[in-house]
Amino acid sequence: MAAMYASAVSSLVTDAMRAALGTELSRTVSHPVSASDIRRWATAVYWPEPPPARYLSAEPPAPEDLNPFAWAVAEKSGAASATRLTGNDPDHTEKILGIAGPGLANQLNGGLTITYGTPMHVGDTITSVRTLDGYRERDGRLGRMLFTTTADTWTNQRGELVKRTALTLIRY
Amino acid sequence: MTDAARLPDLTEGADIGVWTRETGFATWNRFAAVNDEFVPIHMDDEAGRAAGMPGAFGQGNLLVSYLHAVVREWMGESGELVELSAQFRRPNLKGTVRAGGTLTSLTRTDTGLEARLDLWVTDADDAVLAPAAATVRFR
Repeated sequence: MAAMYASAVSSLVTDAMRAALGTELSRTVSHPVSASDIRRWATAVYWPEPPPARYLSAEPPAPEDLNPFAWAVAEKSGAASATRLTGNDPDHTEKILGIAGPGLANQLNGGLTITYGTPMHVGDTITSVRTLDGYRERDGRLGRMLFTTTADTWTNQRGELVKRTALTLIRY
Repeated sequence: MTDAARLPDLTEGADIGVWTRETGFATWNRFAAVNDEFVPIHMDDEAGRAAGMPGAFGQGNLLVSYLHAVVREWMGESGELVELSAQFRRPNLKGTVRAGGTLTSLTRTDTGLEARLDLWVTDADDAVLAPAAATVRFR
């Protein structure tokens, strides 16, 4: 019982962090996906081999992993757009919401799960909505670790689900 | 490249093939250029060392793209990717990486035949950088 109490009081997740669960972090709208975006993406990923010919065609299919938000976007709103903080700060997620983070020194990308819907096509405009989805703590070799999950949902201009990505950030 | 009309080997336990790349600044910089991911740890050995690694290391997103590529080459145009997950366990330091996997199960569903794949990315010493999994549907 004492151990349980000690664990509870040393939680890295504050009431403010808990209250922020479900909050929208960003809403971003891409420029229309272009054939050139796809050709360049495929060329970089498959390099030094040439990409499959279909990705170099006049109307190439979009690879599932294509990022249509790289470099420039058509619109950006939400908490993340109102700050100039960089993603290298381990408290970045909380700071953009205006609350204190756990104050841990290190962070790394733990992994991701992507669920796919309808494929992207040339001309599609993709909207990404990123929300703070969950906190989980675990004691490990590096001390108390905080696993933070964000959910990133992409839809196309018809409102169809393109993909949903759950990203896990590990802080310690 | 897999022929559009041809199904891959859908035997449980089948190897899906291996994707091999020599990684380093030449691969990471190309990926940074298309993914807007010019981060010092991926561009500069000193920055990698400052982050506690032996040197610069590659983007986790590029390993995820390699996993997509090996699955695409296996399933051809007859399959569609339903889900893909990956965990990042070790950094991709300069050198050989391989992505591959095995078909572990097949399930008939209302929407088609779903193949479950166990996937991995390893380095030249066969250390697993990223265990992963995917589900592919064949209609």
